[in-house]
Amino acid sequence: MSVRKKSTKKANGLGQLIIPLTALALLLLFNLFRDPNFFSIKIAVNNNGNSVLSGNLITIIDNASALAIIAMGMTLVTAACGGQDISVGAVGAIAGSFFVQVLKAWDTITAGSMILAILVCILSAVAFMMFNGTLVAVFKIQPMIATLILFSCGRSIAYWITGSATPQLEGSIVRAMGMTIPGIPIPTPIFAVCLVGIILALIFKFTNLRLYTQSVGVNQGAARLNGINPTAIKFLSFVLLGVCVAVAAMIGVCRMAQLSHKTLLVDIEMDAILAVAIGGNNLGGGKFRLAGSIMGAYIIQMLTTTLYAMNVATVNVKAYKAIVIIIIVVAGSPVIKSKVSALISRIKAGKLQTSAAKGVE
Amino acid sequence: MKRREPLTNTQLLTTIAIGIFVVMYAVAVIIPVQGFEKFQMFFDLLNDNAYLIIIACALSIVMIGGGINISVGGVISLTVMACSLFLNGTNLQNAWGIVVAFLLALGIGLAFGAGMGFLISYLEIQPFIVTLAGMFLARGLTTMLSVNPVKVTKETHAVFYAFRSNKIEIPFLGYTAQNGNLIPAKLEIGAVVAILIVIICFLMLRYVKLGRNIYALGGNQQSALMLGINVKRTRFLSYVISGLLSGIAGFVFLMHKPTGNASVAMRSEMDAIAASIIGGTLLTGGVGNVIGTFFGTMILATIQKIIGMSKLNDSWWQDMASGALLGVFILLQSVVLSSREKRRAQKAAAAPVLQKG
Repeated sequence: MSVRKKSTKKANGLGQLIIPLTALALLLLFNLFRDPNFFSIKIAVNNNGNSVLSGNLITIIDNASALAIIAMGMTLVTAACGGQDISVGAVGAIAGSFFVQVLKAWDTITAGSMILAILVCILSAVAFMMFNGTLVAVFKIQPMIATLILFSCGRSIAYWITGSATPQLEGSIVRAMGMTIPGIPIPTPIFAVCLVGIILALIFKFTNLRLYTQSVGVNQGAARLNGINPTAIKFLSFVLLGVCVAVAAMIGVCRMAQLSHKTLLVDIEMDAILAVAIGGNNLGGGKFRLAGSIMGAYIIQMLTTTLYAMNVATVNVKAYKAIVIIIIVVAGSPVIKSKVSALISRIKAGKLQTSAAKGVE
Repeated sequence: MKRREPLTNTQLLTTIAIGIFVVMYAVAVIIPVQGFEKFQMFFDLLNDNAYLIIIACALSIVMIGGGINISVGGVISLTVMACSLFLNGTNLQNAWGIVVAFLLALGIGLAFGAGMGFLISYLEIQPFIVTLAGMFLARGLTTMLSVNPVKVTKETHAVFYAFRSNKIEIPFLGYTAQNGNLIPAKLEIGAVVAILIVIICFLMLRYVKLGRNIYALGGNQQSALMLGINVKRTRFLSYVISGLLSGIAGFVFLMHKPTGNASVAMRSEMDAIAASIIGGTLLTGGVGNVIGTFFGTMILATIQKIIGMSKLNDSWWQDMASGALLGVFILLQSVVLSSREKRRAQKAAAAPVLQKG
């Protein structure tokens, strides 16, 4: 473990973002050559009668919203606990079903009932994440194992809460939250990503949370001796993940205007962990960059959209995705990185030698 | 009086798993839950979960070495699909057809195990991500081979059909039917293979150098390196073994249900991880035992069977029960291990004082 940590310490800072940035740039270039119209953005009228921006780029950014939000929370948990939460999809289904249950309590959806539903949704997600957090922080269980409990029974709890397979939602407020607010041409979920990102950035700006989280992740014992409470930091990371999951669940429910406990945020835990890894963060905990994870989320979504645009059958997308992921992680692997930097330094040294030789002449 | 050697963590957790399985099965027999009064039920649990036992062993070996492998379910689906396509299309309508199919299964498992093992141990990429990509790749390749289910029937390969229908009959464990006929207990070949694999893995982990090295690697990588263990090769081989076992598990699955399908063994990797944990393997590495894993799988299978046989025959009750069961086991292990840790720390603190006195 410590061998791996040492090698990533050097790679931190802006250098961490090189791989995801390159991957993103290559994907964009590839699309540009394949189809120059890929990037065209038009103003079109959607089926609600609002004029909105439409185009592949907007679709990618819009569809990646839930993933980007969960990836941010996952980064915090990964950094603090050195493990990942695999129950985010299941907890999202639970929070979504609480959200729908509150909205269904009245005949029509008003602003008041929506605010109440949002609060209940966030509280329920945080409560279930606190359960995970207690197991991880207090009972010192590996995060992946602790969250395996809710992973295996969370969707059943969601089914039990709603009692029916797919409750439907109607009303302009739901459409505004899931798609676009009338008069604003940008899809609402994009604002949600910005909001969560800004709130987290402000928390990091005005508190020591970032430093504390990283020090707990790097060396828990040393952090404790320096007066940081590792239990509280780990617990807090799960609470923040809970808020992220609740927001993502609301986006998912409002976009479809219905709740399906089996398909809401399905398999998102795997994609979120991938996003964290593609962003160059160490899955063993420690230093982290939220920007990397967000970029990872957009890379995954862009890859999926590109494959669909190339007429790859839906069922086969996974195989191509796997190959691209392997290429990205191999490029970012510590061994390859050190070999590349050795090569670069050798080239530099060679140049110096040749210029010195020229000077002598 | 000679003081007994205290139990190791591995032994303690395995004992807990075996004890709970025995108690649970006994309760199911006594209540009685329908079907549990016959010995055949025990064999049915083995028959239905043979593939799960094998991949749970695969996961235990990797987890003891401090890694994780979530591609096992995907490799099973790919193996089942490739083998059933081969058996349906081949001209080898004899025993050689089965042998080639088995070699195909082993080859797929070996390829995945070696590829992922190389990326994890020699390129030092995080195992979770590599095996996640492996899972995506295997599942994607399965649907590329065929989107529709492929069934091996009596018409397409008669020899295989006859081979898979072979069952080992044990008369004295059977029961007498209402018409007075004795119906012997039946065990499938796959179940025998699974039990053999558990025994081989147990012996390998206990007595072979590679097995001891895997424990050392999972316990503390740094000290393993200091002891002169080839850490990278050991880790690589642990993934190769788990890949081979997933290939075998795929073939066993094919013998139990001869239909290749994209949804074969869906989420079975999580069941296998749960079974390993219940059996006392720790994800942190260095602690675990495949005997415990075997009983862990049987505990999961038994609780699901009990719920299936009861009136609560909803899939969500089974999920809730396995979640609750997992929760209880995880908490139990955590409490037991931390109390042992505390006691050891107290002893260590008290020891020098006693010596001085």
